[in-house]
Amino acid sequence: MTAQAREGLYELLEQVTGFIYPNEIEIHWSILIVVYPYVTGLVAGAFILASLVKVFAIKEVQPTYRLSLLTALAFLLVAPLPLLLHLGQPQRFYEILLTPNPSSAMAMFGFVYAWYLMGVLLLEIWFEYRRDLIVLAQTSRSPLNRVYRVLSLFSKDVSPEALAFDRKAIQVITIIGIPSAFLLHGYVGFIFGSVKANPWWGSVLMPIVFLMSAIVSGIALVIFLYMVLTALRREPIDMACLDKITSYLFYAVIVDFSLEALDFIHRLYQSEESVKILGKLITHKLFLSLFVIQILLGMFIPLGILVLAKARGFNDDLRKLLYFTAVILIQIGIFATRWNVVIGGQLFSKSFRGLMAYKMEVMGLEGLVAALVLLALPFVILAVLIRLLPTTRLEEPLTP
Amino acid sequence: MRIPEQVHRLAIVLAIVIGGTLLTRFVIIPRSLVSTELHWAQTTQREATRPLKFAGSTACQDCHEDVAAKKAKSFHRVLACEGCHTPSIKHAEDPSAAKPTVLRERKLCATCHAYDPSRPTGFPQINVTAHNPLKACVTCHNPHDPVPPKVPKECAACHAQIERAKAVSSHALLTCTTCHKAPERHKTAPRTALPSKPDSRDFCGACHGQGAAGAPKEAPKVDLSTHGARNLCWECHYPHLPEGRS
Amino acid sequence: MNERREFLKGAIVFFPAAGVLAALAREVAGREAPAKDAGAKDAPKPYTPADHFYGMGIEIDKCIGCNLCAVACKAENRVPDEPFYFRTWVERYTIMRDGEVIVENISLGPQKETMADAREVVRTFFVPKLCNQCQNPPCVQVCPVNATFTTPDGAVIVDETRCIGCRYCIQACPYGARYLHPATRTADKCTFCYQRIVKGLQPACVEVCPTQARIFGDLKSRASRLVRFKRMNKIHVLKPQLNTEPKVYYAQLDGEVR
Repeated sequence: MTAQAREGLYELLEQVTGFIYPNEIEIHWSILIVVYPYVTGLVAGAFILASLVKVFAIKEVQPTYRLSLLTALAFLLVAPLPLLLHLGQPQRFYEILLTPNPSSAMAMFGFVYAWYLMGVLLLEIWFEYRRDLIVLAQTSRSPLNRVYRVLSLFSKDVSPEALAFDRKAIQVITIIGIPSAFLLHGYVGFIFGSVKANPWWGSVLMPIVFLMSAIVSGIALVIFLYMVLTALRREPIDMACLDKITSYLFYAVIVDFSLEALDFIHRLYQSEESVKILGKLITHKLFLSLFVIQILLGMFIPLGILVLAKARGFNDDLRKLLYFTAVILIQIGIFATRWNVVIGGQLFSKSFRGLMAYKMEVMGLEGLVAALVLLALPFVILAVLIRLLPTTRLEEPLTP
Repeated sequence: MRIPEQVHRLAIVLAIVIGGTLLTRFVIIPRSLVSTELHWAQTTQREATRPLKFAGSTACQDCHEDVAAKKAKSFHRVLACEGCHTPSIKHAEDPSAAKPTVLRERKLCATCHAYDPSRPTGFPQINVTAHNPLKACVTCHNPHDPVPPKVPKECAACHAQIERAKAVSSHALLTCTTCHKAPERHKTAPRTALPSKPDSRDFCGACHGQGAAGAPKEAPKVDLSTHGARNLCWECHYPHLPEGRS
Repeated sequence: MNERREFLKGAIVFFPAAGVLAALAREVAGREAPAKDAGAKDAPKPYTPADHFYGMGIEIDKCIGCNLCAVACKAENRVPDEPFYFRTWVERYTIMRDGEVIVENISLGPQKETMADAREVVRTFFVPKLCNQCQNPPCVQVCPVNATFTTPDGAVIVDETRCIGCRYCIQACPYGARYLHPATRTADKCTFCYQRIVKGLQPACVEVCPTQARIFGDLKSRASRLVRFKRMNKIHVLKPQLNTEPKVYYAQLDGEVR
């Protein structure tokens, strides 16, 4: 134990109010565990947006289909990293695959993750891009053409039957994919919701709240990326698409808010043993992050903006600006939601008699910088993916 | 229907991935890495063979029979030797290798015997600053047989919390024996011979009954025939800290 | 034949969909495996864990708050000295006339002077705390790698060579009994001094307790101090509503204690 870490704990000891169990001083799940459900939520949300096109045949959303898939992949690749970095013994991570405890929600991570990555996302992307990969393998120069050839698994068949099969496969994978995405993020909610020792976490609604907020954040992220990408490419934005997605976003936020309000009212009305300390928690420790950022900035204001943008016949430019503001606010709000769950759940003693403090590291494996790097990494991966894989279907005629 | 060629290609890749995973998990990785039963047995063994620090009092008795015999009859009979003499497994294994520390400071005894209101009443406690402040406890008390040099006249030795409460109350000037009759044996076997408590309402009525003759003027008076007639006075009032002055 | 059984068992454990089956398979395997000899080699009779099932009794009225137990525990088990790591500790409760409850941890060292006006105190007492060695332990349930488990003799222990330090168990423990050991970076907790009890000795905290407020014993034995303790006292456990089924039993426990 470093002298600095020891000093930090003594500092936190001074900030304890009321009584806490002695081992509770250390906040064990740091900002990295805030990043983890946030990133997983983005994956699930982006994938569900992509599914709207294929399963529910919503044509307007088509322009964001590939972008959603690539976004989901980029963030999914990063999702295990915050978990890994926060481990006390990161080099032992493989134990979770060797001797998984079937009764542990966390042990299932590896399996749900592997299934979702390989069974759903990579497969769907491969079928979606197979034809384009063949085209790209023919049209691009060495050595890139080899990369495409490997990616297409040396497939060459672009006959109508083969392409029809691709479409059918995507349809099937998406249908399996939606429950899988629900599973992926619902189980993250279950990690928290199943902790009966912690009344802030232990709620049957937790997986569903996680899921809805995941859909909100995923849709908001894809809108953000779509707007940025079109601006960077100086392409026109498909306003029909944007209007359609933002209305889905609007409904998702409404459902998300209703669920969280239900959870809140339920706790308040049931007024169990923990109600006093949870009351202190949200008024003393989470006031800014819960009431101001999560609810006001992350929900009410963007909802107002979306209503305004829909109700008044604003021109395209003003709508774009309003949408853009709303999705950024929503994104901040959902991050605050994750913060309030993960950090908030560790700021009160399980004796229900005192509050702890969390002081975020800046440098170090579990610090702010590491969190920011992990949040930036998916965007880098996404940039590479977009370079490699076009976000719109190629139209070049094939030269046999 | 013809199976499209991309399915063959995908099937090969999937076969390699799944086959590779299964091969790694069940053939390449040795069983010792994946057997939970084995891990648990090893852990149990590891925990069972961790080195000890405390030898345990029975170990001390084997050599220090005289002290053990003395202590066995004293108030300190249930105390562990190593509670005061520090953990001494090394000494027990090889007496010449290490000597247990003998703590002679007052603060060692104060660990248990300093006054603390949360301690159960009846446990002997002293005011460390007032009780012979400069002397080591062991000059008067033998820790292996800590009979006080004199059987205490003052009940406060063991009932400090009551004594302190009473001292600031209206009953400050009453002695304990005004209300309690303690058998002589209570001083040596406190739990087997308990002191008495007033068993009639008239006992308190001698001062607090209306028209009590010779009672101090300031003592509050009640009509014993109507005031809480079915109970003894101390079943509601706490005589060591009556409500009058608080 | 045996190899195939191993393979099947492994396959079941490996694939989470069959988690329930895996638990069953392990149960069966555990029963078949011969009892491991964990006892000291020079002991006259080999120690058989399955013959015992340990628990602890705590008599609140006897605790004088001397803190020797917490100190002895740190010495016996190499628990770090800093006041953030405890396998056992002692709390002081002070209940005031207006219903206010003041709780302090006396094992944290010298207290800031918080003792309230003695005249306003209704009752005050000490409560020793430790891992409750639950029979339905939430910490074991959540460990992703099976690194923490209950021994046949009823101690919940941690494999420090396989714990990955995810700290899910620390979050899941309702009693705050676990911490992350700063040296090993793995979860650490009370083991009932497993190294002592397999040799027939008392856990260090019980050994040094000067008033016998702590009583250690074998629940499988018909004549043990713990069994008598449970016979003679009204017993309560901490947070029974969580159904953790603790094996640390309290006598004269106050309702304010959580």
